[in-house]
Amino acid sequence: MVVSAAGERAFVEYDHVQKSYDGETLVVKDLNLSIGKGEFLTMLGPSGSGKTTCLMMLAGFETATHGEIRLDGREINNIPPHKRGIGMVFQNYALFPHMTIAENLAFPLEVRKMDKTERETKVQRALDMVEMGSFGGRRPSQLSGGQQQRVALARALVFEPSLVLMDEPLGALDKQLRETMQFEIKHIADNLGITVVYVTHDQTEALTMSDRVAVFEDGRIQQLAAPDELYEQPCNSFVAQFIGENNTLEGVVESIHGGVALVKLDSGDLIDTVPVNVNRAGERTRVSIRPERVETDATRLGPDAHTLKAEVLEFIYMGDTFRTRLRVAGTDDFIVKTRNAPDRARLQPGQTIDIGWMPEDCRALDA
Amino acid sequence: MADLTADIATGSAPGRLTTADGKPLKAALAAAESHARRRAFFLVLPLLLFVLITFIFPIVQMLHQSIYNPGFTLHRDVGTGVKTPIMINVRNWFDENERGSDPDESAYAALHKDFLLLDELRAAGSVGTRINYDMSGTRSLFTKTARRADKLTPPFQEGFLAIDKDWSDPEVWAVMRGASSAYTANFYLAAVDLTRDVKGDVVSVDDNRALYVKLFGRTLFLSLLITFLTFILAFPVAHLLATLPLRYSNLLMIFVLLPFWTSLLVRTTSWMVLLQSQGVINDALVAGSLIEDESRIQMMYNQTGTVIAMTHILLPFMILPLYSVMRTIKPVYVRAARSLGATSWTAFRRIYFPQTVPGIGAGALLVFILAVGYYITPALVGGADGQLISNLIAFHMTNSLNWSLAAALASLLLVGILILYWLYDRLIGIDNLKLG
Amino acid sequence: MKTRSILLATVFGTAATMAFADAHTAKEITVMSWGGAYSKSQLEAYEKPFAEKTGIKVNSVVADNPATPIKAQVEAGNVTIDVVDVEYADALRLCDDGLLEILDPAILADGADGSAAMDDFLPGAVTDCFVATIVFSTMYAFDETKFPENPPSKIEDFFDVAGFPGKRGMRKTAKVNLEMALMADGVAPDEVYDILETDEGVDRAFAKLETIKNDVVWWEAGAQPPQLLADGEVAMTTAYNGRIFGATVSEGKPFKSIFDGQVYEYDGYAIPKGAPNLEAALEFVTFSTQTQQLADQAKYISYGPARKSSGPLVGLFEDGKTEMGPFMPTAEANLVKALPSNTEFWADRNTDLNERFNAWLAQ
Repeated sequence: MVVSAAGERAFVEYDHVQKSYDGETLVVKDLNLSIGKGEFLTMLGPSGSGKTTCLMMLAGFETATHGEIRLDGREINNIPPHKRGIGMVFQNYALFPHMTIAENLAFPLEVRKMDKTERETKVQRALDMVEMGSFGGRRPSQLSGGQQQRVALARALVFEPSLVLMDEPLGALDKQLRETMQFEIKHIADNLGITVVYVTHDQTEALTMSDRVAVFEDGRIQQLAAPDELYEQPCNSFVAQFIGENNTLEGVVESIHGGVALVKLDSGDLIDTVPVNVNRAGERTRVSIRPERVETDATRLGPDAHTLKAEVLEFIYMGDTFRTRLRVAGTDDFIVKTRNAPDRARLQPGQTIDIGWMPEDCRALDA
Repeated sequence: MADLTADIATGSAPGRLTTADGKPLKAALAAAESHARRRAFFLVLPLLLFVLITFIFPIVQMLHQSIYNPGFTLHRDVGTGVKTPIMINVRNWFDENERGSDPDESAYAALHKDFLLLDELRAAGSVGTRINYDMSGTRSLFTKTARRADKLTPPFQEGFLAIDKDWSDPEVWAVMRGASSAYTANFYLAAVDLTRDVKGDVVSVDDNRALYVKLFGRTLFLSLLITFLTFILAFPVAHLLATLPLRYSNLLMIFVLLPFWTSLLVRTTSWMVLLQSQGVINDALVAGSLIEDESRIQMMYNQTGTVIAMTHILLPFMILPLYSVMRTIKPVYVRAARSLGATSWTAFRRIYFPQTVPGIGAGALLVFILAVGYYITPALVGGADGQLISNLIAFHMTNSLNWSLAAALASLLLVGILILYWLYDRLIGIDNLKLG
Repeated sequence: MKTRSILLATVFGTAATMAFADAHTAKEITVMSWGGAYSKSQLEAYEKPFAEKTGIKVNSVVADNPATPIKAQVEAGNVTIDVVDVEYADALRLCDDGLLEILDPAILADGADGSAAMDDFLPGAVTDCFVATIVFSTMYAFDETKFPENPPSKIEDFFDVAGFPGKRGMRKTAKVNLEMALMADGVAPDEVYDILETDEGVDRAFAKLETIKNDVVWWEAGAQPPQLLADGEVAMTTAYNGRIFGATVSEGKPFKSIFDGQVYEYDGYAIPKGAPNLEAALEFVTFSTQTQQLADQAKYISYGPARKSSGPLVGLFEDGKTEMGPFMPTAEANLVKALPSNTEFWADRNTDLNERFNAWLAQ
């Protein structure tokens, strides 16, 4: 897999990095990744996919079994964590419980032998940045989860590192707070111009915040791309499934011709698709279509659209959207999302309708 | 539970809340909850009684015994339990004549009456014992006088002096005067190497009898030393226990607890086997030609023995609270500190160590308090200079049978521990104590 | 409601059990003694024959010094012991404190040779509350292998660490040690207590003890000295003569007893005030202090019988070949330089001298 740097010069580089804990299985298999300066890169994947291990190797808490990790052009494999100058925000924040908020923030400055007045100024500035200016005297246990999160962020930034690592920092927050924090982190990172490597298993979070997302699975990067590309053009069925909602229809490739793959679905229907990683006729494939790209009223689409008969199984009113579950080409869980508009009819279960989509939204992926 | 509708009674009693039917809210609340509270009380009642009977009551009795010794005022027949006031006449004489007045014939006559009663009750021994506590060598004065009391005729002064000339010693009379009140602080004075002279003033005892202050000091010093040593040894072990993978830490835990499951006497005697001059350690040193056979190291029957054996015996009491606290310290804190630029030593010193303080406090308090009251181990391996204050308390309990002095010493020890506990609370805070 | 009934049931149940225990008075008595070889000798010579003869079961219990639990039991009014074996001095003190039953000398059997009981017992062996059974001695013993040539033979040698190198074992108390120190310092036995009455005398005794203080291992229980000798912890130690006899004769240890400068004393039976089975206890005391019983005990341990008439009946040790005579503290050869312990002196001065002793130890 080819991974290209977004920026001009790589700031962080993984070069053929492998990691094994027990000498029998590889947790990280031949990782190559360059991260540009100022980039916000997210490592996304299910648990056990190797993303956290990659982060810990960069932080210095795990050693790479093979390969080189470079920071700003310098190999850092053998540099202990405290000399790497990398800020880090941990899952559950890891604020020191026996210190006040101000002491927590002053800690990285103290170990850098900064004098007291300068320290105090910086601590206050960092607290103000996360809108926690008046909380310096409190203990971590006296703060809410969201407040602790802000403090943890401030502490990782107070000594002005050029690289900040975040390990599922929002995992413990409720949904609303998480969304607020996502924007705030993104905002602060942009303002300070720091490079961020962010680990999460939450794809929404990844899409919202990142410049680029590396999707991890089975110790490998499955796809490394900007959020829109990742969503619109997943390069394999794992990514398609993992990112966003996705409808899958299984079938066999009949022919590939001029950028169009003709797929014969298991139900017998023939559809045109964009071939992504199918190479020849006869191969099994999974055809992926995003729910919002399917039209429940095929008449609204142009003549190029592909239409199919579908039976309405369920219709859910969700406020801004309608969500319809259909039986299509033999599957019972084909989902369609339709924007709520005055001219939209509310479908009834049992109703048979014509659905349609544009062939370019339909991607034939590996089975 | 009654449905309480509270409304604010404005007007006559502003701010007072009442229920719908006008009862004060506080009273209604108390009534509603009293049932539940009574039930809860009955649940803890057995424990309360148990603590009261087996703990509070003996301590109160000990405190009482340390200031109360009715040996000179009251005789209790152990067979019948009948209590008879004794030495009434001479005590009256003391009341009528001020301190320092020479005993006249009326004093001896009073004493004679009292002795007749003593002889009848066979109480001369206990009276003599009581006086003997304050003035050595006087016990037989009382027993032999009581035996001959019925043969005495006036003038009694001469009669008494004929039995023993010690009856003219003003100290005897001063001590009797002191003992004529059952309540006395003399045992506390004795417990801090003080005594009363003939005039009743408090003075230090002779140098060659000063003992308890030194022993309290030694007990404090050795207990602190043992606490410190257990801490030094327990910290790395507890850390290993808390961080090793489960199967290794379980094994290690068994090693830690194994001695804990062995009888204290067995552990102490195995230390004797190891430490004595013909013991395993000395034999090994001699066999390895590290020391000469003649210059075997004396590691037992002295302070060294007490310190080594007690450190080992008390070690689990330090390890367990430390372990339970360390287990709750997530490794992420140290990682966080490292990522913030701290060396591993700084991360340990500033981040890990302070979080173990509640465990250290609990362990130190446990070990220290146990060490201060330790008795069997120093008795067996302590020799002469490895004895602690509890050995002297035991001595007075079982050997000299001076229970009042034992109670006074024990009370001082208790007070000392309470003071240390208070200090601990002031310095570290008892809320920070974590036993598990 | 339910809780209350359970609670009540518990209370009444306990009360009923206790009442039952009280009413349950089988024919048996409990005797408290010092344990080890000494208790064994009492079991063989007194308790077994007594049970056989009267059908009264004897329970034997052990204490480091039985006088202590007796004081506690009687003062607390909860006496479980019927007969107690105590030292003479302790018996006097407990008796003076009214903690022992008064014994009528009339209960004592006449000697087997026909002599009246009070004439048959050694002088002072029977007091108001106490009947002596044995004479025991504190003497010193040494390990013969440590002194192959020129072995110690006199009390002076015990205090001569330069001439007879090695650790010494001594009992951790003032009693006996002060007397031995004075005798080793050249005081004749009959002057020891006169000198010890004076402050200078006490100073002199402590000064003598001081000369060996750094070489002393202190023991407390009677079983310790033979063990200290056997372990090689000490080269010589003071000990109760019966304990050393046991180790030498029964276990074949190379220990030698030195009676020069010994301090001997009575030990015997008393009955705690309020003993639960007073009559059976009296019966036991009467039985045990007969001529034959006292002589029999000497078969098991080398303590001298307190009756004159028992002397001629003392024969061989239970092994059937060791003549007991020479091992007795009262044997003529052992009494050349020997001191009878002055009970009156120690009843008066024990507290005081032990205070000084403890202070001296802690220095």
